[in-house]
Amino acid sequence: MLLAPALLVTGALLAVAADTCAAAQHAGRRRSLGTVGRRLLEVPRLLTAQPRTLPAADRLLWRLGVIVVPVGAVLSVLVVPFGHRTVADLSVGLVWFNAMEVLTWAGLWLAGWGPNSAFSLVGGYRFVAQGLAYELPLMFALISAATGAQSLRLGDVVAAQSGLWFVVWMPVAFLVHLAGVLAFAFLGPFAYPAGRDLAGGVLAEVSGVDRLLLQAGRWLWLTAGAAMAVPLFLGGGNGPVLPAWAWSLFKTLAVLGLLVYGMRRVPVVRADRYVELAWLVLMPLTMVQVLAVALVVLVRQGG
Amino acid sequence: MDAVVLWSLGVVALACAVAVFVCDSMARATFALLGSLVCVGGVVLVLGLPYLGVVIVLMMVMEMVVMAVFMIAYMMNPAGLMPMSMLHNQRGALALSAAVFASLTAAVFLVPWPHRRGSPPRDTTFQVGKALMGEQMLTMIVLGFVLLATMVAATVLALRRGRYDRLGDGLDRRPARDPAGGGVGR
Repeated sequence: MLLAPALLVTGALLAVAADTCAAAQHAGRRRSLGTVGRRLLEVPRLLTAQPRTLPAADRLLWRLGVIVVPVGAVLSVLVVPFGHRTVADLSVGLVWFNAMEVLTWAGLWLAGWGPNSAFSLVGGYRFVAQGLAYELPLMFALISAATGAQSLRLGDVVAAQSGLWFVVWMPVAFLVHLAGVLAFAFLGPFAYPAGRDLAGGVLAEVSGVDRLLLQAGRWLWLTAGAAMAVPLFLGGGNGPVLPAWAWSLFKTLAVLGLLVYGMRRVPVVRADRYVELAWLVLMPLTMVQVLAVALVVLVRQGG
Repeated sequence: MDAVVLWSLGVVALACAVAVFVCDSMARATFALLGSLVCVGGVVLVLGLPYLGVVIVLMMVMEMVVMAVFMIAYMMNPAGLMPMSMLHNQRGALALSAAVFASLTAAVFLVPWPHRRGSPPRDTTFQVGKALMGEQMLTMIVLGFVLLATMVAATVLALRRGRYDRLGDGLDRRPARDPAGGGVGR
C-alpha cells in the first residue's frame, strides 16, 4: 500500500536529479552531486519558509487546488502494476487513471484562481486551454491500448502484451501518451501555464509548503505518467531473465529518462498553437490508430 | 461498510449542494457543485457500477472547470470577483423545488420495486456496454449525430465571421485571414 507512493516519490526525485544535471550541462556548468543537492535543498527551504499572505485570497480554494495536484498523482498510481503486483487492480483501472489526471484541471485552475492575482489566474486559464488540447488525443491513446487488450483492467492490458508489446503496433498512441504526460505535468514544452513570460503563472504567488506541493505534483505526475506508459505500451513486467518488478522498474526509469531528456529539446508551445495541432493532426491520427487496433482485434477473433 | 460509505457520500453530496446556494463566490459555488457531483459518482461506484461512477467523476471535473470559466466570464459584475448571490425568484423556486422533492420522495415509496433475480454479474462494465451498444446502438448513433449537429450549429450561430470573411469573396484566399494563427500554419 505504501510502496507505490514511496516508489513514486523516489522516481520523482530521480527525475528532478536528472533534470538538474541536464540543466547544468545545458548551461555549461559541471555536473556533480553538489548541484543536485543544492536543487534538493529547496525542499527544507520551502518547508521552513514563511508563507506569503495576499489580500483577498480565496485560501480554501487555493489550498484545495494545490493539494489536489500531488494527491491525484499518488491516487493514479494505485492502479499501475509494479511487476505483477498492484495496490488495487480495479476493473476500470484505465478510466481511474484518466479521472485522476483530469483532477489536475480543477487543481491548477483553483491554484490559479485562489491567490487573487492576475498572473496566477492567467496561468490557470492557460492550463485549461492546454487541457482542452491534450486531453482528447490522450484519451484516444488510452482507448487504443484498452481496445487492444479488450479490457480496462491494467492487469489484462499487461497480459495481452505477453507476445508483442503494444508500442510496436500502436506507436502513435505511445507518442501521444508521452506528449500527454508532459502536458498534464505542465513541464518542458507544456510549461506554458507556469511560463516565465507570466512571472511563473500558476506558480507566481505560491510559497512555502504550497509551492513545494505544487512543484512536487508536477514531478510526481511526470513519474506517474511514465509508470503508466509501461503497462500500457511496453509490456509491463514482461521480460526475460530478470524478475517482473525489475523489468517494471527498468522500463519506468527508461521512459522517465526519455521524458526528462526530451523536455529540454522542445521549446514551450503556446496552447492556442497546440490546440490546432492536437485537433487537426493528432486527433485524426489517434482515431485511425484506434480503428486499426479495432480491426486487428476483430480479425484475430475471426469475425 | 457499503451502507456507511453510501450514506456518508449522500450526506456530503447534500452538504455540497447546500453550499452551492450559500456561497457568495461563483468559483466556490461551481466547485461545491463539483464536490456534490463527485459524491454522486462515488454513490454509483458503491452501487456496483464502477465504470459509470469513475466516468461521472472524470466528466464532471472537466465540465465544471469549463463551466467555471464561462460562468465567471458571463457574470454580471466585472470578472466575477465581487460577492454575489445564487438565489433568484426565491418564492417560486422554493415552491417548485418542494413540489419536485415531494413527488420524488413519494415515487420512492409508491413504485413497486422489483426483487433481485439471479446474482449480479462479475463485470458490470461489459453489461453497460452491451446495453448501450447492443440493442440501443441506433439510439446512440442518432444521439451522437444530434449532439454533434447541435455543437456545430451553436458554434456557427455564435460566430460573427463566416467562410467568406476567412477565405475572401471567391473563397480562394490562402492562407485564410484568421484573427489568431494556429499551430499547423493554416
